[in-house]
Amino acid sequence: MVGSDYMFKDLFRKPQRYITVRSDAMPQEKGTLWIKCPECGEILYARELEKNLNVCRKCSHHFRLSAPERLAITLDEDSFLELDADLDTVDPLSFPEYKDKLARAQEATGLQDAILTGAGAILGWPVLVGAFEPHFIMGSMGSVVGEKITRLAERAIEKKLPLLLFSASGGARMQEGVFSLMQMAKTCAAIARLNEAGILYISVLTDPTTGGVTASFATLGDIIIAEPGALIGFAGRRVTEQTLKEKLPPDFQTAEFCLKHGLIDLVAPRQDMKPTLARILSLHSDNIERVDN
Amino acid sequence: MAKMLLDFEKPVVELENRIAEIKNYTGEKGIDLGVEIEILEKRALDLKKEIYQNLTPWQRTQLARHVERPNALDYIRMLFTDWLALSGDRFFGDDPAIVGGIGKFEGIPVTVIGQVKGHNTKENLARNFGMTHPEGFRKCLRLVQQAAKFHRPVISFIDTPGAYSGIDAEEGGQAWAIASNLRAFAQVKTPVISVINGEGGSGGAMALGVGDALLMLENAIFSVISPEGCAAILWKDASKAPEAAEAMKMTASELLRLGLIDGIVPEPLGGAHRDPQGSAGALRQELRQVLQALQQVDPETLVELRWKRLRSIGSSK
Repeated sequence: MVGSDYMFKDLFRKPQRYITVRSDAMPQEKGTLWIKCPECGEILYARELEKNLNVCRKCSHHFRLSAPERLAITLDEDSFLELDADLDTVDPLSFPEYKDKLARAQEATGLQDAILTGAGAILGWPVLVGAFEPHFIMGSMGSVVGEKITRLAERAIEKKLPLLLFSASGGARMQEGVFSLMQMAKTCAAIARLNEAGILYISVLTDPTTGGVTASFATLGDIIIAEPGALIGFAGRRVTEQTLKEKLPPDFQTAEFCLKHGLIDLVAPRQDMKPTLARILSLHSDNIERVDN
Repeated sequence: MAKMLLDFEKPVVELENRIAEIKNYTGEKGIDLGVEIEILEKRALDLKKEIYQNLTPWQRTQLARHVERPNALDYIRMLFTDWLALSGDRFFGDDPAIVGGIGKFEGIPVTVIGQVKGHNTKENLARNFGMTHPEGFRKCLRLVQQAAKFHRPVISFIDTPGAYSGIDAEEGGQAWAIASNLRAFAQVKTPVISVINGEGGSGGAMALGVGDALLMLENAIFSVISPEGCAAILWKDASKAPEAAEAMKMTASELLRLGLIDGIVPEPLGGAHRDPQGSAGALRQELRQVLQALQQVDPETLVELRWKRLRSIGSSK
């Protein structure tokens, strides 16, 4: 199923360091041996935490994952082939500080922009997969992210393979203005075409999925899964709190809140994600051949 | 006469008031000051040209948000006949921030959907300041699908600070409602023309903006976040909104230059709120032209062209 135009890249190399998004949620600081769980305060041994898929063994808090980490725990070993790695992020508005911000994010994450896309397999089931990098300018969607998702959807139609996207994003990228807004429209239009072609699209919402990503392709999955405790919503919690000037319910905009209100299909703990995805893929496996490992 | 005056409007309005006073006075007293009045009127026109042809993005933002700026209901009144307002999303409620219905545009039945801000506090409270709820987006979707069934063109009016953010909106799936519109509008088999007549605020604006032609009124704005919000994030200072308005390239002329919109509808000198009829007249001309062109295209081709247009945005390589 893999064409010769796929470019292989070593994706599972570890980024050198990370941008601070939420310092208490950043376990992967290089050289750190012990990490305090931001949820329950438990002191966790870094290596053990990683082995436990970055889930706190005491309270099951799901730490945020980088895009390479996400793909590494989801896909079969050595099955990932990156696509469209060469797209250059441009600064179409000559926006203040954007070029510097981009350069810093690229250096810190080792990625070109806020999403990794490619082909891979889950327990033998082939998929076209994308994972957001939450540490790249908040995983925001600008032109490159929108373009890579669109190309991935087009590829899914062409190859008749399922599409799987892991979102972790603050929303549309402010620094690219209306170009970013248009990526919402573009990715949704791509999903519309995917639907017409009868291609399965699984959307996994992870912490955090908000703003223009929630309000576009991420909520259009045939099946929508979320990780426990993930922040999922349209407007930021602070914005809502300021607008309403009232306290919000504690579970507001969590995966569980979305499940309760009928907005997603299921909440799957990280340990169950891979088998869950494999089961969904097998239930949609007409005309799809399982690849050998 | 305008009740709410922006700083840069004051000199013009003061001069115009003076001319009106003089005219009144000369009329009463039977004195002929025709030459003087002519000179003053020319000065007022020059002053207007000077001010309104050099507006900063922030000044345009203020015009775009002007409380007296014609809203969707005003344009519906001025541009469509046989208007039939339609309500509800058929699931949950009717969003007062969204107007929808069927009317005739120059004899042709069209579906109109639009975000509506109020012209005063009372109206704004009733219309939730033009902030759309999920049921509003779903009402739009319903009416657009209905339009497609009858091969009726759709005209959407965009004017919102943004989609409403609140507990009920989140519970109702605000993001899901917007995404569903983006997906459905991309494929609806009838011409869709979107007009940003005021404030095109982020995803809430985008949700009514997918179609075959995206037009902006000359002083309208369209942005991913409000200039105040942008300034707060960039410089931790919302009072730097004027600088943020520059940086975001949110005016009609800048967005046309970037290829993100398809056309600009000129406004009367002084802005749409100073001459709503004039503004509606210019919009009528533009709509007539675009509609005529789109009606020549068969629905399948229309959808394919719509996709190609969207597909090309932000794919520099």
